[in-house]
Amino acid sequence: MNTDPITGTFSGNRGLQIEEPLIFEQDRPGRTGVDLPEPPDVQDRLGGLKRQGPIGLPGLSEPQVVRHFTRLSQKNYAIDMGLYPLGSCTMKHNPRLNEKLARLPGLADLHPLQPMSTVQGALELIDALAHWLKTLTGMPAVAMSPAAGAHGELCGVMAIRAALEDRGESRKRILVPESAHGTNPATAAACGYTVDPIPANERGRVDLAVFKEKLGDDVAGIMLTNPNTCGLFENDVLEIAEAIHAVGGYFYADGANFNAIVGRVRPGDLGVDCMHINLHKTFSTPHGGGGPGSGPVVLSEALAPYAPLPYVVHGPDGFRLVERDDDPAATGKAFGRLKGFHGQMGMFIRALAYMMSHGADGLRQASSDAVLNANYLLASLKDDLSPAFEGPCMHEVLFDDDFLKDTGVSTLDFAKAMIDEGFHPMTMYFPLVVHGALLMEPTETESKESLDGFIEVLKGLARRAKAKDTAFFHGAPRLTPRRRLDETTAARKPVLRWRPPESQEQAAE
Amino acid sequence: MRYLPLTDEDRRAMLARIGVPSVDSLFRDVPERARLAAPLDLPNHQGEMEVERQIAAMAAKNLGTGRAPAFLGAGAYRHHVPAAVDHLIQRGELLTSYTPYQPEVSQGTLQYLFEFQTQVALITEMDVANASMYDGATATAEAVMMANRVTRRGRAVLSGGLHPHYRDVTRTHARFLGFEIATPPPDVRGEEDLAGMIDDNTSCVVVQNPSVFGHIRDLSKLAEACHAAGALLVVVVTEVVSLGALTPPGAMGADIVAAEGQSIGNALNFGGPYVGLFATRDKYVRQMPGRLAGETVDADGRRGWVLTLSTREQHIRREKATSNICTNSGLCALAFTIHMSLLGEAGFTRLAALNHANAVRLADRLAALPGVEVINDSFFNEFTVRLPREAAGVVDALAERGILGGVPVSRLYPDEADLAPLLLVAVTETNSDADMDALVGALKEVLQ
Repeated sequence: MNTDPITGTFSGNRGLQIEEPLIFEQDRPGRTGVDLPEPPDVQDRLGGLKRQGPIGLPGLSEPQVVRHFTRLSQKNYAIDMGLYPLGSCTMKHNPRLNEKLARLPGLADLHPLQPMSTVQGALELIDALAHWLKTLTGMPAVAMSPAAGAHGELCGVMAIRAALEDRGESRKRILVPESAHGTNPATAAACGYTVDPIPANERGRVDLAVFKEKLGDDVAGIMLTNPNTCGLFENDVLEIAEAIHAVGGYFYADGANFNAIVGRVRPGDLGVDCMHINLHKTFSTPHGGGGPGSGPVVLSEALAPYAPLPYVVHGPDGFRLVERDDDPAATGKAFGRLKGFHGQMGMFIRALAYMMSHGADGLRQASSDAVLNANYLLASLKDDLSPAFEGPCMHEVLFDDDFLKDTGVSTLDFAKAMIDEGFHPMTMYFPLVVHGALLMEPTETESKESLDGFIEVLKGLARRAKAKDTAFFHGAPRLTPRRRLDETTAARKPVLRWRPPESQEQAAE
Repeated sequence: MRYLPLTDEDRRAMLARIGVPSVDSLFRDVPERARLAAPLDLPNHQGEMEVERQIAAMAAKNLGTGRAPAFLGAGAYRHHVPAAVDHLIQRGELLTSYTPYQPEVSQGTLQYLFEFQTQVALITEMDVANASMYDGATATAEAVMMANRVTRRGRAVLSGGLHPHYRDVTRTHARFLGFEIATPPPDVRGEEDLAGMIDDNTSCVVVQNPSVFGHIRDLSKLAEACHAAGALLVVVVTEVVSLGALTPPGAMGADIVAAEGQSIGNALNFGGPYVGLFATRDKYVRQMPGRLAGETVDADGRRGWVLTLSTREQHIRREKATSNICTNSGLCALAFTIHMSLLGEAGFTRLAALNHANAVRLADRLAALPGVEVINDSFFNEFTVRLPREAAGVVDALAERGILGGVPVSRLYPDEADLAPLLLVAVTETNSDADMDALVGALKEVLQ
């Protein structure tokens, strides 16, 4: 018995919230959830390295496994349940048609190294998606293999460095605005560059004067998110592009927020040299609790020759993959390979189905509605919360914690109170350029009724905070499967796996 | 449009509250000459039926492994995935949630990641594993970069039995981070001596077991040689089912294990998404890349889970992070966890035994064909055969007969002309006796 300290239930359960032990705590030797045939009797050829001793995996039957993961699922918030306004993460509806199509026989069961004559439809699909991406961005080329946004960043910065080296230049610095995602500086460092931060101006944009002062012939490029993480369009973007090109550097655009401008602005028209596209944000492939993503990178004429292997080409014999740099169709300048095989095909299928479903008209409407929804939040909350910058915003709206000043309530406390109201909190404490940031991205798949409900709750919570009901906030959340978790102890004494009780005792001795 | 809930009336009311005449005016920060004037040359929206029809037509042009005897491996394997796996991962609370940054409403994701980490640690016999990487190849490159950090050295020795994609991904990172890699020639017969290649600047030796050619080797001596020289042993596993039958890397002295976990729970998907497994020793955990779920307690003292040690990660450390990785392979890791939970000890070891036994039977039948040599003395579920002519042409001829007969080594090593007659043949529990009959019969015909 694991009596609930709050409700006193003997089971520790709270109605539909059911406590669930680890699979390792449900082990009964001899149980299994699969029925496999008896292996044929053969002399093993394992080179004398047959496994000795048990592995320690628990035995469970299928009904137990199904119940286990169903109960775990019920401890999660999800976009299928409600508004999930994580700024810059783009939690929009994930259409189920896309799930169905990604599982079609003839796609899901293709091996990556089948003869190319047997995968013509798959290569055609990759080519079709590439065409959509190039057309939507106004860019001439796209590298499809990166596995996620940060992987796409690597791809883009590697292409920049390869192009510079091809010119015989070894530049050392990459300029990154302070509002950038953490992946941007991490990527630049992973490609051997030093990161030179650019501060934001009082309007939440790149400080153009400081940017220009930092330019020089040792600058490899700038990594700019546009719209930026303050939810604002960098209105000096054309001047930034011209200036970086004038010193021989390249313009990397972080495409995490491309969903704000699809069908209205083409990055190619902004002077961009490369941009990754998070298919799991803009084109709605599911986030899956943290991946898999997919991060194709569109490239300008200047960077296209350096695209990583492999890629799809179309010739007289149909489609084929170029897998080596001395292929007659290759440039001979590919910077290398980024990933096993050819890319996140399962995500390509979903993204293409999403684009075909929306079409050119629907994609433009989607970005328009995303921007409208964010501005509606801004207009509705501007008197109760404190907008960090003047509008209009793009697809997301940034508040700072000025409205919580002297209340004893922090951004974190405010977020935890939202959880009890049935909402996932917005992105907190990011971007770093404003104090106690609250970054909200409603996306186009929220209805007006849904936004109105959210607005009423936030107004109510703001009033409660201003009334200094501090204890209420500090105690939140109260209605979740777990209340605030002790992250400090978790990091100080990490327990990163289950161990059987006897070995835990041994470890303690 | 079925995915957009706003009505025109909603839009009018919202614009009125905002106080602007049109949505266009919300885009006023976009420079005039960067605004798209004309609609893009792409089709307009379509219903479910139309979209399904077009994508199904593309699928129909392919020969899936579901309707052909298929013997393809080389880092991606077709296994039977129980129906419950795909059902469970499509529950909306799992499919449509984000990275568990708010632990109070993410206990489900955090608990299965903790279970995943434990399963990976158990099958590799390592102390600790992370919450997944993109795939086996990127996990391998991350392992090398981690070994460089741990040892403060800058040279990695990559076995000639390492999958060439894994080698190439590592080479890409080496080029841009400026570390050295030593790449001995393809180790076709599983005989290379790597210990002799370790020098004072060697951070790690990377060896795949079973190798890309299928050989199984005892790595204990190599581990000793690495440790004596102050280097780490990185063991790569591309077929994770093998761990149900083989001495695990941890028992042979591995310091880091980088593996491809696709075989458990995940479809072939033409190469992705897959799931990289990454495990190491406790003492190196703070140098490990990727997310980690850890145990803790909540405000009421109840056991719960959080993401932890995030001071290693990019969102906190920015340019000083251990890796730039952010999104990983959460849902594929979930599929792995569910499938592994269904298998359990009994199922996982039996699955491995079944794979091996099928491979032994097919290897013996192929070896009996005139002109065909099975190169391996040892193997798990994949082995290398030498054919009397170029394997690529043979594979194409088999494909014309509706058989996916293996991966020609030339596809992986296009520059090594003398490897052109070699064919990698993988056999799993999904291959029936009829599949094997079909391959043996067709190969006999093609080679005549």
